[in-house]
Amino acid sequence: MATPGPARPKESDWTKPAAMAIPKEGYFTLEQGRYGPIFPKTPACHGFSVVAKVKDGREQAVRDYGKSIEEAVKNNPSVLAPLKLHYLRWILFDVGSGLHFMYQGIFDTDFDKYLEDAVALFVKTGITTVFVNLEGWPDDWKTNLSAVIKFFREHQCPSFLEYGEYPYVTADQVKKALKLKAAFANMLDLMQ
Amino acid sequence: MVILQQSLTGRNEDDALELEDIQHFLMSRPPARAARYEFLTFRSAACGRAWLMGLIDKVGTAKAVGSNLVDSRWVTIGFTWNGLQALGVDEVSLATFPEEFRQGMAARAEILGTTGANHPDHWVGSLARPELHAIAILFARDVTERERCRKEHERYLAQCTGVELLSCLDLEALPPFDYAHEHFGYRDRLSQPVIEGTGVELTPGSGPPIKPGEFFLGYPDEDGPAAGMPQPGILSRNGSYVAYLMMKEHVGAFRDFLREHGETPEQQELIAAKLMGRWRSGAPLVLTLDKDDPSLGADFQRNNAFTYADMDPHGYACPLGAHIRRMNPRDTAVNMNRRKMIRRGGTYGPPLPEGRPEDGIERGIAAFVGCASLVRQFEFAMNVWANDPNFHELGNERDPIFGTQDGTFDMTIPKRPVRKKIRGLPAFTTIRGGAYFFLPSIRALRYLASLSGDHRADLNYED
Repeated sequence: MATPGPARPKESDWTKPAAMAIPKEGYFTLEQGRYGPIFPKTPACHGFSVVAKVKDGREQAVRDYGKSIEEAVKNNPSVLAPLKLHYLRWILFDVGSGLHFMYQGIFDTDFDKYLEDAVALFVKTGITTVFVNLEGWPDDWKTNLSAVIKFFREHQCPSFLEYGEYPYVTADQVKKALKLKAAFANMLDLMQ
Repeated sequence: MVILQQSLTGRNEDDALELEDIQHFLMSRPPARAARYEFLTFRSAACGRAWLMGLIDKVGTAKAVGSNLVDSRWVTIGFTWNGLQALGVDEVSLATFPEEFRQGMAARAEILGTTGANHPDHWVGSLARPELHAIAILFARDVTERERCRKEHERYLAQCTGVELLSCLDLEALPPFDYAHEHFGYRDRLSQPVIEGTGVELTPGSGPPIKPGEFFLGYPDEDGPAAGMPQPGILSRNGSYVAYLMMKEHVGAFRDFLREHGETPEQQELIAAKLMGRWRSGAPLVLTLDKDDPSLGADFQRNNAFTYADMDPHGYACPLGAHIRRMNPRDTAVNMNRRKMIRRGGTYGPPLPEGRPEDGIERGIAAFVGCASLVRQFEFAMNVWANDPNFHELGNERDPIFGTQDGTFDMTIPKRPVRKKIRGLPAFTTIRGGAYFFLPSIRALRYLASLSGDHRADLNYED
């Protein structure tokens, strides 16, 4: 049963580290998005953790894919910009129930709101090609957007706890702060 | 008819638009100054089908309306999912329609952001009721013709026992008639997508032509060949979905707001422009930041020829949260070709003369948004562009004209050296009703009218 959550201040204080415990459902009160429940923004921003079992004998195919994404970003550093990402992590693990794959992202947009854009980008950059090695991935993924969205929805494992050292700060705000720092450093150089 | 001799799946080899089979509604805009929307319910499948059979020949096809402007009235027919069920479409077929259409607009209120005063609990005209089965849309050259058609349909309905009028809405263009505008005074119909293969000339800035499958079922869309269409194909091909919204405009509150935030008429015009992203003349702020330019607003070769990422990245001209920047972010959003919609509709209620206080009379816009996917096109626009408080990382804003406002959201107007922030924006509009309709092809209308059986005769909508 979802429980009422802590009210998030509209103007959040990034100087105050914050943690948020999240109910089992992944949300405090059920709020419907276009494709399912909306997961709340936490001190660690929005995010997903998609977990799925790897098909037998496909481990190397998944590992090789790491190299192709590295290349794609090297060739076009802004290729993933539409996702408003902070970090992405791809993990393979086996804790006794076979090899599993975890794709974890931390970003600033609501998972539900931009799902179609994310899937379109995954297809364009070849991110989806790794998913054909996973159990449950729809065979008709190239033509069936709703089946792909359903896969992501069904394999998303919501966090039960998230923490932010500088809570609710977006990647754009971080980049702006670093740009300002660089501009000030440059200004001080010019004053010498 | 030649068209009926084609296979039931109805596919053309070359994917050319079947203009003789598509209802004209999303394809061409007739020169209408009056309209009437009639919302209907069927007490039995047989009477619904009989009503439909007698009207099919009056429905304007894309081919006829596109070529023959001597007509003075144009008819369109659409059905809710409950309406398709009420006509006797079988359960297997009904289940192939997308979930959002099956649920209907009222059930999707939370997703759309139509909450508070905009919630379906407050809607008029029985639009949130499951008994809403069909809409007959009439566009007429003038009010006289509209009235003639109204009486004609009234007589026809009187013969169709078991088909009842739930509600209706009369619409009239606002004077002066030389340009389309709504009650707040903004020029309307400035930005419409062009459908590939229609031969309509592109105007600068309106983007590339959009694949027909973004608006008509059964054709390739921007992502490739058509897939996942409702079955049977004869029912879905050449059809479209439309989302209907009736939006009351609070003209008195809008003018009070302008006076409160602008001391001179010029400052008031600027505030109005900042809310919209265009001057009321239609001239875009990105192209004329400091003062209105009515000739630019009226010039379709120039009034869309702008972008945001290069020409106004920080929103010093057009605020990031202005209506037109939300509803069409142009080059500051991805996959824009998959979010395009075709708008149709008009204004209802008398204009509020300048200088008069709010008189409480209902007036506003009642419009349709046409697309091939309500969830991907219309619901995205409502959920993200209109009502996401964090759109463009604004934090606590919604569309100032069209979003659900309750006095708790803001509007940021970027300005050097310091931005202007208007706290607690009032609601200038209220959603008074809405519904999802499917506009079948002409062939599908005949298919529906010829269904047999009456197993939906005793529809029970009790909760």
